[in-house]
Formats: sequence, structure tokens, C-alpha cells
Amino acid sequence: MRALDIDYMLGLVPVILGYVPLTIGMALAAMVCALLLASLMAVERVMRVPVLDQFVQLFISFFRGTPLLVQLFLFYYGLPQILPILSGINGVTAAIIGLTLHFSAYMAESIRAAILGVDRSQWEASQAVGMTQAQSMRRIILPQAARVAAPTLVNYFIDMIKSTSLAFTLGVTEMMGATQKEAAGSFLYFEAFLVVAVLYWAIVETLSFLQKQLERHLNKAITR
Amino acid sequence: MIRIRGLTKRYGTNTVLDGIDLDIAAGERVAIIGPSGTGKSTLLRCLNYLDRPDSGVIRIGDLTVDAATATSAQILALRRRTAFVFQSYALFANKTARDNITEALMTVQRKPRAEAEARADAILGEIGLSDKSASYPAALSGGQQQRIGIGRAMALDADLMLLDEPTSALDPEWVGEVLDLMRRVAERRQTMLIVTHEMQFAREIADRVVFMDGGRIVEEGTPAQIFDTPKDMRTANFLRRVR
Repeated sequence: MRALDIDYMLGLVPVILGYVPLTIGMALAAMVCALLLASLMAVERVMRVPVLDQFVQLFISFFRGTPLLVQLFLFYYGLPQILPILSGINGVTAAIIGLTLHFSAYMAESIRAAILGVDRSQWEASQAVGMTQAQSMRRIILPQAARVAAPTLVNYFIDMIKSTSLAFTLGVTEMMGATQKEAAGSFLYFEAFLVVAVLYWAIVETLSFLQKQLERHLNKAITR
Repeated sequence: MIRIRGLTKRYGTNTVLDGIDLDIAAGERVAIIGPSGTGKSTLLRCLNYLDRPDSGVIRIGDLTVDAATATSAQILALRRRTAFVFQSYALFANKTARDNITEALMTVQRKPRAEAEARADAILGEIGLSDKSASYPAALSGGQQQRIGIGRAMALDADLMLLDEPTSALDPEWVGEVLDLMRRVAERRQTMLIVTHEMQFAREIADRVVFMDGGRIVEEGTPAQIFDTPKDMRTANFLRRVR
């Protein structure tokens, strides 16, 4: 066994840190889009709009039932062959779209379960004061469902950050892509991937801390 | 003026409400009494379509809703003329005491925030909970929650206030304060239809008492008539049991 090249590792840290904004940026963009899409699908699943419901179920089934890597390849390398309009798509955009669709399918199910978990009396009370279904959903039910779903949704966000590393297979130089390039130049694979692993870990730990703060904030309505 | 005709509700083959006819004058306070499972709560819940009746007509002022043809717009209009107080309080769990009261004023009645908040603060004062304005329901006692439930209903200025056993879920120590508040609401001649097991309270505040059994109105009259000289055997038997 040879000794670790500590100097190399320390020198690599700032290089890879430079790609953190891209990694977080992709994850944030995908998270915002996925939350929107997932909320719409969850509300639809609860309301069971005819025809649309079958479509949403199929969507969720497909994106939960196939690997993210396969989906990314399908969008980036496959779809442009069928739809030439997509041939100009860059790796970052394709990755954001892929992450959005993939994670929205999971998140829709979590949000749906959270909506169904809100006490029936909350629906009845909002209807009794004369709110429309949409008003009840937006003002009373979704905020309460959000509190229940929040920890799970943050977990998906954490998963999403790690999954951005797959964008490297679409030619995007994000944290993983940058590390791969550095390692290929130095042949110090263990050092390079150890550094990137620790950096991912640090990002996730930071998020776990924020997750606890968020939960405390959301729980203020139910604690004395 | 409220007019209910032939209101019927079935669950499968079980007829829970069997052709209820009832008129309530503006400002009248009507108490519904009767054994458990005789459709008292269902009657209230059908009046604002929390449960959809199978047939029957409800008229409140110039609004007529027929179960056979009721549209969602009519149901919404009906709900906006009634207020409902739940046995289980059913306060909005994600809203403070004050926001529970302002919510419908702003989202449903489209009142400006300042006006809604002034109204909520006035009501919080009346129900004696000004100091709990910023508290969430989970931090309040059952009695406090139900007083806010009543305050939320008061704020709506509804043509008809429906109260579904408002004290039944309360620990005995909180019943008194909720009855006191309802007494004060009744004194303002708010039109009320109240399902209650508190016979003394019904006798005190009601202009008219309705006795229900088996999904039908068996007998109705002034509190003195019903409580002191019931005509129907079923009424007499029930009153003997609950005393």
C-alpha cells in the first residue's frame, strides 16, 4: 500500500469546489420544477380527473420504474434522433429535465400520501366556511400536507444532489466530471474520488442540518 | 326565513333522514334533541351539503337548492349563507386563532385584510381570547378551541348558524364556558339550529325544540311544551331517560 498524496488532495479541493455551484444549481433548478410538477400531479391524483388520471399514473409508473441513467440517455442521446428540434439541447438542460421528471414521480406519491393524511375535518371546515375546492386545497390542505411531506422531500433533494453526478455521462463537467478529468491527468484515482466523495458528503450534511431547521419551523403550528 | 321540505338522506338501504320538513324564522333559535343515531347531525350536515341529501329542497332567503338539481355553484352559495360549528371544533390546524377567523373573511368574502383583522380582533375580545390571538389550535384547550370555532362562525354573519353538538367532545370542565358563549350568541337573535344533549341549555335558549327519532321529526313546540308536556310517547320516554 502506498501513502496518500495529501498535498494533491488539498490542492484538488478548491478545483472541485469551483464546480459546486453548477451541481447545486442543477439540483435546485430540478427541485423547483419537480416540486411544481409533483404538486400538480399529487393534487390530480387526489381529485382523480378522468383521462388525466390515467396519464399521470402511467407517467409515475414509467419514471419510477426505469433507472435514472437510462432516462437521461433516452433524453439526451435518444430523443433528438426522433425529434430533431431537441438536437441542440445541452447536457445541463437535459440533466435538469431528466432529474425533474424522475424525481417528480417519486415526490408526487409522497405529496399525495401527505394530502390524504390531512384530517377529513380540515376539508369539511374549509368547505363549511364556503371555500371552493381549489381554495381549500391551497390555503388549508396543502400547507398541512407540506409539513408532513417536508422531511421526505428534503431527502429527495439530497438524493437529487448526488444524482447530478450522472450528468457527467452527458458530458457535463460538474463535480464528478471535473474529478474524472483531474484523476485522468494525475492517475491518482483514489485521492481524487475520495476528495469528491467527502465534498458530496459535506454538502449533504449541511442540508441535513437545514432540514432539521425547516422541520422545526414547519412544526411550530403543532407544538405548544 | 328558512324552509326545508322533504329532506331525505339514505346510506345504502338505511334511511337516515326521512322527509324532514322544517321552517325557521329569521332570528329564531331552534334546538334539536333526540336519541343517538336518529339523524340529527345528518340533518345539519345536509343543510350545508357536507353530506349531500338524496332529495328535498332547502330555501334560505331567495336561494333555493333542490337536491335533484343542485349545482356546485348553488352548494357554494348555500354554504356561504350558513355557518357551521363542529363537534370536534375542526379549527384550521395551520392557522393561528386569529387567522382561523380572518381566513374565510378574506378568501371567501373578499374583505380587505385590515377589515378582516379588525373583525377578528373584536370577536376574539367577545369570546375572551384576545391573549390567544397568535396561538395555534394545538396549543389551546378544548374549550378555547370550541370558542374559536364559534367565533369563526360568528364572523361570517351567516343567515343560519348550524351547531352540531358543540359541547359533546369537551371535557366537563370546559362545557360551561362554551355554553355561556352560545347563550350570548343566542341573545343576539342569531338564527340558530343547534343539535344538543344539554337539555337545560336547550330549554333556556331555544324558542322552539324539535324532537327527532328514526330520521323523522316526531314532535316540535316551545321548550315548555316539549319538556313539560310532551305529547308523543317517544318524546316522553327519551326525556325520562336523559334526566
